[in-house]
Amino acid sequence: MSQAAPTVDATRAGTFDAIQSALRRNTWTLGLLVFLAILLVFTRLIQPTYGATGIQGLANSVLPLALAATAQAIVVISGGIDLSIGSMMALTSVVAASNMQDQSDLFSVGVVIGVLLLGLLLGAVNGAVIVVTRVPDIVVTLAMAFVWSGCALLVLRTPGGGSAQWLEDLVLGPLGNEWIPKAGVVLVLIVAAIWIPVSRSRFGLSLYAIGSNQLAAFRSGVSVGRTKIFAYMLGGLFSALGGLALTASTGRGTPVPGPYTLLSVAAIVLGGVSLAGGRGGVFGPLIGVVILQLIRTDMTFLKLDPNLATVAQGLILIGVVMLGSLLQQRRSRA
Amino acid sequence: MRAVGVAEDRNPWLTAAAWRSLFRDRPVIPLLALLGLLVILFELGPSNVSSAWAGGVFRAAVPLAILAGCQTLAMLTGGIDLSVGAIASASGFVVATLVGTTGLPAAIVIVLVAAGVAGLVNGIGVGVFKVHPLIMTLGMSLVVLGLANVWQVQRVQTGAGVPPAFRTLGSDVFLTVIPYSLIVFVPVALLILLGLRRTGFGRLLYAIGDNPIAARLSGARSWQVILVLYVISAVLAGIAGFLIAGLTNVASVTLADSYVLPSVAAAVIGGTSIMGGRGGFGGTIVGALILTVITSLLSALGYPEAVRQILFGAIIVAVAAAYTRVTAES
Repeated sequence: MSQAAPTVDATRAGTFDAIQSALRRNTWTLGLLVFLAILLVFTRLIQPTYGATGIQGLANSVLPLALAATAQAIVVISGGIDLSIGSMMALTSVVAASNMQDQSDLFSVGVVIGVLLLGLLLGAVNGAVIVVTRVPDIVVTLAMAFVWSGCALLVLRTPGGGSAQWLEDLVLGPLGNEWIPKAGVVLVLIVAAIWIPVSRSRFGLSLYAIGSNQLAAFRSGVSVGRTKIFAYMLGGLFSALGGLALTASTGRGTPVPGPYTLLSVAAIVLGGVSLAGGRGGVFGPLIGVVILQLIRTDMTFLKLDPNLATVAQGLILIGVVMLGSLLQQRRSRA
Repeated sequence: MRAVGVAEDRNPWLTAAAWRSLFRDRPVIPLLALLGLLVILFELGPSNVSSAWAGGVFRAAVPLAILAGCQTLAMLTGGIDLSVGAIASASGFVVATLVGTTGLPAAIVIVLVAAGVAGLVNGIGVGVFKVHPLIMTLGMSLVVLGLANVWQVQRVQTGAGVPPAFRTLGSDVFLTVIPYSLIVFVPVALLILLGLRRTGFGRLLYAIGDNPIAARLSGARSWQVILVLYVISAVLAGIAGFLIAGLTNVASVTLADSYVLPSVAAAVIGGTSIMGGRGGFGGTIVGALILTVITSLLSALGYPEAVRQILFGAIIVAVAAAYTRVTAES
């Protein structure tokens, strides 16, 4: 007994330490979750009828931006930034909408697969151009944003096309219980199914490595170029998923890019991804997206000018980054 | 430098080295050649080069060149100012709604002060709080756009329209070739060109962009420089907004949004490095002209907007890649 006691204590201390360090590592995400909970309670207080339908609407409006934020998060973790996400979403959305209209279900499955491959290809082009030309990411993706939105206009001059019924059914409406929106489940499943295997793989490690210190990563044998292209391909894939979500939730394709590029940057910063690269994950940004959307909803409930929501989003973006950099300065000084 | 010198002695690629230094040190010359080439293409292709056409090109290029000037200044320090579009739109719009009640001069002053405040906030964020300029100005553009929309809702009855003075300044052309907007542009351009070359402030912009640590160690207070830079940028954006409102005879809160990416493109084409420390306004002006001529060329050829966008994107990448190649160390 006297022998066993220290071991038990040690194990307990071990678990405690593990929990503590996990808490410390995820402070930001946990803080966001708390903030989100407070925001939900607040929403319920100012709008007592806010319930299952509200959650459904929230999930539906969040889906495209959440996928865009995931795309942005992956690219930023690898030390880049992708300003062409909105354009890639527009392009994939119109390609999907124009090819799926009045087609059989089987054909539309093929279209969806094709669009996802297209997303990978677009991302690969972004990444390859960056790696080959050695022009800064921000310039290349800014330029590619022109190219992709131009392509989208070539595919479809005005909003149009259609979505397959099964695709709409996939994201619209509740799943079993009225409190569980399909869009939310689909989102979590997709992100988890792609991100968790990736982040646990060698490539995932390389992704963080080149994001935090490219030279060190290179010297420890990481193929920087290949990893970078891979990150942009994942970004393209998630943009294509976002484009499909747009088509599914609106039932058509719009060739003009939405505000997704800028809002995705806001969401990832709010979600605890460092713009310097190498730090953060994809689940923080997802919570960030929900918070951004909920603030917008709340402002309508408060009968405030909806345009003030834009102001609020801008202020939140700036405020969060300021806070982050202040904390970082304090930490580096300490 | 030394590598080039050695290569010159025994290497037949002497001309390549010369070309390299031409592109690196005097990007304006090859750019002017490119501009000339485009004009010749226009003459050979869709229609004849006329003075009216030239006037139209100059007129369209002026606001773009001013906004690209904002980008040039910001990019020299390694920053970028994406709030110029929102600030320019809001300025044009607010003046159009204010002019009925306050008169034109007062409206201009109010709007430029407001723009300066937006720039000041940008500068505080970037310079003092070290927020990434991209994020700071992006956030600021959301704030400005939102506020302009709120203003629009408040002012929906009293919306007057673009003041006639702006219309003359923005869209009229003297002797079919000289746009009146040059009255605004020439002083602005001289100010930027001389400011960058001759003043301590200009040199500090280069110093901070080239090596922030070295600049700090040699006594530059970089946060003050950055603060002033973003205020200047915002005020210039406001002025460009007046011209754009006059050019299109529309006052809307999203009027200048389509100028943001071309303004970055013009600066990049003009040889200003987005990493900071290299470039200048001369190249940027030529870059703005090149983009305007390409637009005119494509629309004369009957290509849709889509092709213009794709081509713009391709040109930015190609030009930036070429600069990276020729200016690469080693």
